[in-house]
Amino acid sequence: MSDIVDWTRATAAQMAAALQAGEITSVELTQAHLDRIAAVDTDVHAFLHVDTDGALATAREVDAARAAGESLPPLAGVPIAIKDILVTEGLPTTAGSRILEGWVPPYDATVTRKIREARMPILGKTNMDEFAMGSSTEHSGYGPTRNPWDLDRIPGGSGGGSAASLAAWEAPLAIGSDTGGSIRQPASVTGTVGVKPTYGGVSRYGAIALASSLDQLGPCARTVEDAAYLHEVMGGHDPMDATSLNEPVPSCVEAARQGREQDLTGVRIGVIKELSGEGYQAGVEQRFEESLEKLKTLGATVVEVSCPSFTYALAAYYLILPSEASSNLAKFDSVRFGMRVEKATIEKTMGATRAEGFGDEVKRRIILGTYALSAGYYDAYYGSAQKVRTLIQRDFAAAFEQADVLVSPTTPTTPFKLGERIDDPLAMYLNDVATIPANLAGIPGMSLPSGTAPEDGLPTGFQILAPAHEDARMYRIGAALEKALAEEWGGPLASQAPELEVAE
Amino acid sequence: MSSLERADVARLAALARIDMTDEDLDRLGGQLNAIVDAVATVAEVAGEDVPATSHPIPMSNVHREDVVRPSLAQDAALSGAPEAEDGRFRVPQILGEEA
Amino acid sequence: MSTMTYEQAMEQFDPVFGIEVHVELNTATKMFCGCANEFGAEPNTQVCPVCLGLPGSMPVTNQKAVESAIRLGLSLGCQIRESSRFARKNYFYPDLAKDYQISQYDEPTCFEGSLDVVLDDGTVVTVGIERAHMEEDAGKNTHVGGTGGIQGASHSLVDYNRGGVPLVEIVTKPITGAGARTAEVARAYVATIRDIVKALGISDGRMEQGSVRADVNLSLRPKAAAGEDQDAVPFGKRSETKNVNSLRAIERAIHHEAARQAELLLAGQPVIQETRHWHEDTGSTTPGRSKEEAEDYRYFPEPDLLPVEPSREWVEELRGTLPEHPAKMRARLKEQWGFSDTDMRDAVNADALDLIAASVEAGAKPQAARKWWMGELARTANDRDVPLRDLPVTPEHVAELQSLVDAGTINDKLARQALEGVLAGEGSPREVVESRGLEVVSDDSALEAAVDEALAAQPDVLAKIQDGKIQAAGAIVGAVMKATRGQADAGRVREIILQRAGVEG
Ligand SMILES: [Mg+2]
Ligand SMILES: [Zn+2]
Repeated sequence: MSDIVDWTRATAAQMAAALQAGEITSVELTQAHLDRIAAVDTDVHAFLHVDTDGALATAREVDAARAAGESLPPLAGVPIAIKDILVTEGLPTTAGSRILEGWVPPYDATVTRKIREARMPILGKTNMDEFAMGSSTEHSGYGPTRNPWDLDRIPGGSGGGSAASLAAWEAPLAIGSDTGGSIRQPASVTGTVGVKPTYGGVSRYGAIALASSLDQLGPCARTVEDAAYLHEVMGGHDPMDATSLNEPVPSCVEAARQGREQDLTGVRIGVIKELSGEGYQAGVEQRFEESLEKLKTLGATVVEVSCPSFTYALAAYYLILPSEASSNLAKFDSVRFGMRVEKATIEKTMGATRAEGFGDEVKRRIILGTYALSAGYYDAYYGSAQKVRTLIQRDFAAAFEQADVLVSPTTPTTPFKLGERIDDPLAMYLNDVATIPANLAGIPGMSLPSGTAPEDGLPTGFQILAPAHEDARMYRIGAALEKALAEEWGGPLASQAPELEVAE
Repeated sequence: MSSLERADVARLAALARIDMTDEDLDRLGGQLNAIVDAVATVAEVAGEDVPATSHPIPMSNVHREDVVRPSLAQDAALSGAPEAEDGRFRVPQILGEEA
Repeated sequence: MSTMTYEQAMEQFDPVFGIEVHVELNTATKMFCGCANEFGAEPNTQVCPVCLGLPGSMPVTNQKAVESAIRLGLSLGCQIRESSRFARKNYFYPDLAKDYQISQYDEPTCFEGSLDVVLDDGTVVTVGIERAHMEEDAGKNTHVGGTGGIQGASHSLVDYNRGGVPLVEIVTKPITGAGARTAEVARAYVATIRDIVKALGISDGRMEQGSVRADVNLSLRPKAAAGEDQDAVPFGKRSETKNVNSLRAIERAIHHEAARQAELLLAGQPVIQETRHWHEDTGSTTPGRSKEEAEDYRYFPEPDLLPVEPSREWVEELRGTLPEHPAKMRARLKEQWGFSDTDMRDAVNADALDLIAASVEAGAKPQAARKWWMGELARTANDRDVPLRDLPVTPEHVAELQSLVDAGTINDKLARQALEGVLAGEGSPREVVESRGLEVVSDDSALEAAVDEALAAQPDVLAKIQDGKIQAAGAIVGAVMKATRGQADAGRVREIILQRAGVEG
């Protein structure tokens, strides 16, 4: 491994092994990433805040502990980027909103604590659509993140910052949050890997809530194995989150290892009929079909399944999310934290602060949610949307009778240009059509690269969905497919991305 | 589906405590109507016999033992406050409500 | 102000009322976080990310609070829902940290109950209970500037220590048919709730500290003509008087509202359906925010919390822990203690029943315990303007005091002095007796000397006694008591005097 020249190009698993073998120190590794951030992030803008001192301090502690012969967690010393939705004690946390500009939380999210306990240097906080509302990171209150594959294009959203940090080699691992696809869709358009665990598999305590019944934190990485390592760090029961699953963390790393053995004999893959056809880019569908063929050559059987209620998933999602968000975002009232636009009375102060602090997309969704919950409309909107959830769960249950995992392209298209859909919310919402059903049903989903579309050379993503609690299945199948594709490509897809211009 | 009038948007904005200018109301109102039309389709399939799902993973009775945990120190609690006074959060005057 | 009286109003109208009682539970921690549930700490020191509503924080239900709510529900004869949920009630207010209150809406844990309320004269009224649900309390606003009230304040300060404290809200069904006894029934109902929560041990039941708070709804409808069915007459528009926080205030608020509404109705004016504020000083109400601009609370199931689904076994187990209904307990105690109706009513109204019971438990005779609590101690509490139970005297002190009297160690007068010492924080009655040297002088030689001295000073009295006017001994007893600063045993002094006079008792 000592032939690695640029450690930022390594996988997290390689970094962890090299740290354990003493081939590199955490300070060197962390500094290399900080240097890379300094070199490219002016263009990419993946980070809202970089914690140089904090990251290096952790790295030094890990190096000292290792030198002293302490036993350390597997990823100790491997740096990580954290989506700005997660509260971090002592580090600014904004959720991409101006209303929280300058806020330094007095506590850590459970996942933040786990990252600290795993002794991973935190490089900084990554950019996102304001309060995770968006699919392009153009709705960040602090300016958009750009896709490292093409700086004129969106990196996906809401976790565009986390995905872009991986694709730009600024971080080997990142934390994301996925309410309707905000981990998987950015992974798809940046040629990286993103996983939304089973709802409740990772504690939401300290993740700034968008839609409580849909939100789930998950790992972002460049390989399936790396995602598996991070998943196991993040996951597990948390008494601070009542909706957290009280069961052991799935064996993701072991499943990924099994997958690399390339034997999928007996595995049934279900292709969701409704997630193809109209609106799907030709190159996206082509790469998807090729991936299916690869899975077949590994021994899997492929069947077509139908989920008719998916037609209503987008509508249900855009009722449930705004409804819950309208309530979750009420606390941004200028009393205990965040921005205040002072007026004569507190009522007027709240109104003025929220008018100035929230961006248009946030306002749009709060108003929509307020409407959907208001007296006389609840049954038609929020109530009906929750019923659609039941139908979608039933569709999934029936489909999982026929298949062990379900698959689809992650996004209908490769990344579009910045600004292209900003004034057309409905067109923007269509990005998430394939990812939303998993959130409505609470099941786990993964996106991994399936190649680049021939027509534009931009990344395409392959989505794998598993039944609730069966997160490990996705890692096994994802790792098998990833290995097969990498053999064909001669390396990970990320390496095919054009080199970014380096500052200085 | 009923369309949202400008007055409706104004009432919703007031309920949501977001000040809106006339321009805001016009712009948002138009966009909202398009969205509302698109999402109203949920009522088509939501039959009487279909139960609602509020929690994607069915669980119940998750409680906490009644054991005290440390609170924040007062200065940490107030650390993010736009304004504080005498250990309390300071707000401009409140109108028309009981103490 | 109203020129009409409650009685006059009741002659012409039939009142319908309802009461919402908020009971603050005495759990160790808050409803949804581990902060201490304690009254009186420094502002914003019993707060955490959860009860401050900081971004990212999440609630987790307090098991003890759920248990308390179910036990209370069972005591109110409620059914316990197999699956109940929390809901968010959305409205903006600075003391509400998340700008929504976690409460219960269409699926409360306890519903459909009834409670027998016993009036002073023994009449039993059955009050229908609509629901008893769990929710969290709000923080506290303090208004600065102006007169200290919300009106005219320059700004306000918010303390969230109380935010998130567990509450059970008990809502009655509309109560009809109480007629002129409406105020009495309302008061007795709240007193019964207070007694139940105390007996359950789930709340200290202290109205003066806001542990039990009542909102009183009242409406009037015309009295049905003779032979007509009163229940066929539709309800009138109601007012909801908030935060009526003493038993006396409940009666007064109903008197006031009934008179106010009757006067409006008789003048042909409408009663406005609204929230009103109670003013203890004037005994009157003023309008709050009118319902026209009422909030749309946009209730929806709390997505951060899961359904509460108590097993039938657990519910039955909890049912087994319920104390006796306060009315039954009162009847039993009255019998056991040999109290008159008046004794009992006074003790209940003074909220002294459990203090007397605890004193009896500690060994005092019931009448003695009553005498101390309703006499000397009630007077002191009144002078100090504190509730009886806040005096620095325990039922054990009372029992000890009485045992000292019974043993002849002190007499009644000395006992009052000992009690003074206890109230002054000088220790237990026994310690005060010792430190102040209050013991009765029982050394005969000392008493004999004192008697001889007194007899010598008043020789004519000795003659009178010897003449058979034994009551004249009183003067000598008085003199001896004075000389011994009250510490002599008056009975023994009397015996010695009679011995000296040669007229054996
Ligand atoms: Mg309430
Ligand atoms: Zn707390």
